Amino acid sequence: MLIFNYSKAGRKTGSQSPNVSADTLLKSLPANSLRKSKLLLPEVSELEVVRHYTSLSKKNFSIDTHFYPLGSCTMKYNPRICNELAMLPGFLNHHPYAPLQFSQGLLQSLYELQEMLKEVSGMQGISLTPMAGAQGEFAGVAMIQAYHAARGDTQRKVILVPDAAHGTNPATAMMCGYQVKEIPTAEDGDVDIQALQAALGPDIAGIMLTNPSTLGVFERHIHEIADLVHQAGGLLYYDGANMNAILGKVRPGDMGFDVIHMNLHKTFSTPHGGGGPGAGAVGVGERLLPYLPVPVIGCNTDNQYYWMTEQEIPSSIGRLSGFMGNVGVLIRAYIYMRLLGRAGMPRIAEFASLNANYLQAKLKQLGFDMAYPKRRAGHEFVLTLKRQAKTCGVNAMAFAKRLLDKGFHAPTTYFPLLVPECLLIEPTETESKGELDRFLEAMAEILHEAETNAELVLGAPYSMPVQRLDDVRAAKELDLVWKAD
Amino acid sequence: MPYIPHTEEEISSMLSAIGIKQLDQLFDEIPKKLRIKTIDAIPEAVSEMALRRTMQVRANQDGSPLCFIGAGAYEHHIPSAVWQIASRGEFYSAYTPYQAEASQGTLQLIYEYQTMMAGLMAMDISNASLYDGASALAEAVLMAIRANRKCKTRRVLVAGTVNPVYRACINAIVKNQQIELIELPYCTEAGNSLAGSLKQHESQEFAALVIQQPNFFGCLENVDELTDWAHQQNALMIAAVNPLLMAALKPPGEWGQNGADIACGDGQPLGAPLSCGGPYYGFMCCKNEIVRQMPGRIVGRTQDINGHEGFVLTLQAREQHIRRSKATSNICTNQGLVVTASAIYMAIMGPEGLRRIAAQCYANRNALIQAVGSLKGVEVVFTSPGFHECVLRLNKPVEDVMAVFYAQGILPGYNLKKDYPELGEALLVCVTETKTDDDIELYKNTLQQALA
Repeated sequence: MLIFNYSKAGRKTGSQSPNVSADTLLKSLPANSLRKSKLLLPEVSELEVVRHYTSLSKKNFSIDTHFYPLGSCTMKYNPRICNELAMLPGFLNHHPYAPLQFSQGLLQSLYELQEMLKEVSGMQGISLTPMAGAQGEFAGVAMIQAYHAARGDTQRKVILVPDAAHGTNPATAMMCGYQVKEIPTAEDGDVDIQALQAALGPDIAGIMLTNPSTLGVFERHIHEIADLVHQAGGLLYYDGANMNAILGKVRPGDMGFDVIHMNLHKTFSTPHGGGGPGAGAVGVGERLLPYLPVPVIGCNTDNQYYWMTEQEIPSSIGRLSGFMGNVGVLIRAYIYMRLLGRAGMPRIAEFASLNANYLQAKLKQLGFDMAYPKRRAGHEFVLTLKRQAKTCGVNAMAFAKRLLDKGFHAPTTYFPLLVPECLLIEPTETESKGELDRFLEAMAEILHEAETNAELVLGAPYSMPVQRLDDVRAAKELDLVWKAD
Repeated sequence: MPYIPHTEEEISSMLSAIGIKQLDQLFDEIPKKLRIKTIDAIPEAVSEMALRRTMQVRANQDGSPLCFIGAGAYEHHIPSAVWQIASRGEFYSAYTPYQAEASQGTLQLIYEYQTMMAGLMAMDISNASLYDGASALAEAVLMAIRANRKCKTRRVLVAGTVNPVYRACINAIVKNQQIELIELPYCTEAGNSLAGSLKQHESQEFAALVIQQPNFFGCLENVDELTDWAHQQNALMIAAVNPLLMAALKPPGEWGQNGADIACGDGQPLGAPLSCGGPYYGFMCCKNEIVRQMPGRIVGRTQDINGHEGFVLTLQAREQHIRRSKATSNICTNQGLVVTASAIYMAIMGPEGLRRIAAQCYANRNALIQAVGSLKGVEVVFTSPGFHECVLRLNKPVEDVMAVFYAQGILPGYNLKKDYPELGEALLVCVTETKTDDDIELYKNTLQQALA
């Protein structure tokens, strides 16, 4: 049932809106400025709304209900206290243009968040405004562009991206007006240094890297890469999607990166919300400080916190949002970092890596093939079902769907693109050994099913509200908006 | 260890399964010289109990001023059910619905949201959300340039009455793609776009015309005339609107002869708290024929292998995870949870509820104009009717007047001097349905006192 199916024309429950006659109040407006068509919103009671959306919620897998090892997404527990404190009325009812004397409590928290992010990233300056990872990437690449432009170095038209990169990397480079050149991955999972050397030249503006890469392995030649790119006049961009693997252990700033974004909804456990809101704070080294997107939070000598705007950062790449980004998300990240504290940061990396390497070792024992079996996993690893797809006809998608029946959200499937029939598995540090062992049991069961009864796996899932959905039909016979019969 | 469940015994058994002795060996592929020993600037951990106290103090420290500021973020009543349901773990802690069969709750909700938003705008299609109103408008400009087949220019005409921060944001996002934004002047008497100034642009080519309804001053634009003019010039019409008010005002799909081509804006008025500017969400709707140029996620209804109805992410060939450098946008994560709240908000309010809120906002704005318009030293600057906001010109420096209000715990409005210096000592004042007659009376008295 859709919410619209509960609707009864003329139902006015009314208690949530002013008790007025809209017709009477609006009649002084010119007739041609008013809405004439009927507005298709449901006419339902508050109880019907609550019941409908509560029942919809039960059709979701989520961290609160299921193990959710979705690689590259860091689906760790979102502490409830972060939500509760971020929703204190003083924060929620705060207008973005409230003057500074009514904003010190909030600004202090955001300023301290900037300082903490500076420390864990090893960068010189932070802007919290980007509203998701991809917007952080945009800010970063736009800063690289502004840097070259300010030096009159206008011939640099190309951004390098490894073939294992997130799709947002090349899409971002294009959005900033760059051409994209892909760099292949070497057999051991590291960047192919020779191919990189061959690609470098006076037309290269920079390179976008994730480290550990999306293959789950740490790029061991990162210093060499940084030197090569810098010698060629390019800058290095760090995609922070995988920062959970190295938090408190190594810092992008020390690796030689000039600019980074951090996904606060991954590493710092703000909720994923069914697809956002995220937050993609950017950090820069000294060279890019003048270009940070505004506003940035400053603190003057009287310990007064204030918004730094184009006035203080005149070469800023500008504004990426109507106000100051996803402040509510930032407060959640701040609370999380304070709860974890100095000792908690490296512990995140340790236990995220412990869980990933444990799963990897056990899955190997169970007979699964790893994409990079000789490498240490970061906080995630890539498993390939190429062999099973060939011998039993059971591909990665079928495996993923069968996991749903066993009560586990599927790992990321078919990404990174260069590994055939792959699952990218990221358990995160908040899962217990018991839960990991149950997942391993499920994987073993599915492997056995694939070998003995492939049809069973191929028809999965069976226990969800719907069975395998027809994507082709969805794209061909577009039904994007419900229409009353 | 906060949120880490491992016992000592489990740790050692896991380490031995991996074949190592210490946790530190997990990092043995990382070059030694890169390893850091301390992160001193991070404070020691605090307990939940202690942090609760700290955050309560900070939230209270900022007080709860009576707010008459709008300028793109509007205070509205939000029913308790909205965020109580949206905060359920099944919505709060799920991610983008990649595994459709295990995400039917979120997917169906987005489909219902798309239907509601397309209905409000009277447009064919809605996407699942973008970041906020400003960045959505930038995406709309990029989309219009891709979609306009009749006119291949990279010039876009933008009304000077569009929120100045939105204009700054469009500029920041599109400037690297050689797109030129040209400002359309406004009428200093009526407070809306100057129809007469369109003439000078007639021979020029534009990919799109962007206007905001109501505009930044709260005034109504002549949407029919502007839309028809844009279409005569082979430009697409981009409407940036306050979605709540479309329950009362003519929606973009009905503007002029053929309707706007793209409607976008900030979804904040539909259930998102002020929250210091975010998270809000950007909405975007368009006509059927340009849906393949739409940025962001879109949910479609389909069937499973048994013919049962179900929902999936669709038209993914537009998106970065498939199309990479040829995608319509780089957006991945959007503002899902706020959209969840918004769908619940719209369902609770219904068509009549939203219309009443809009009507009350209109009435309150008029009441404020009535109350302060006759005060000595106050001039209501624009004559065009409008919603939410009005511009007052004062006979004293705006900053001095604002200080008097602050001293009484009132935020009197948005100072227009930086963005519109030609208006003089001008203040943009906002009243929504949340303001009572007493609030308006208090505003009047305080203003009188400040100007005395």
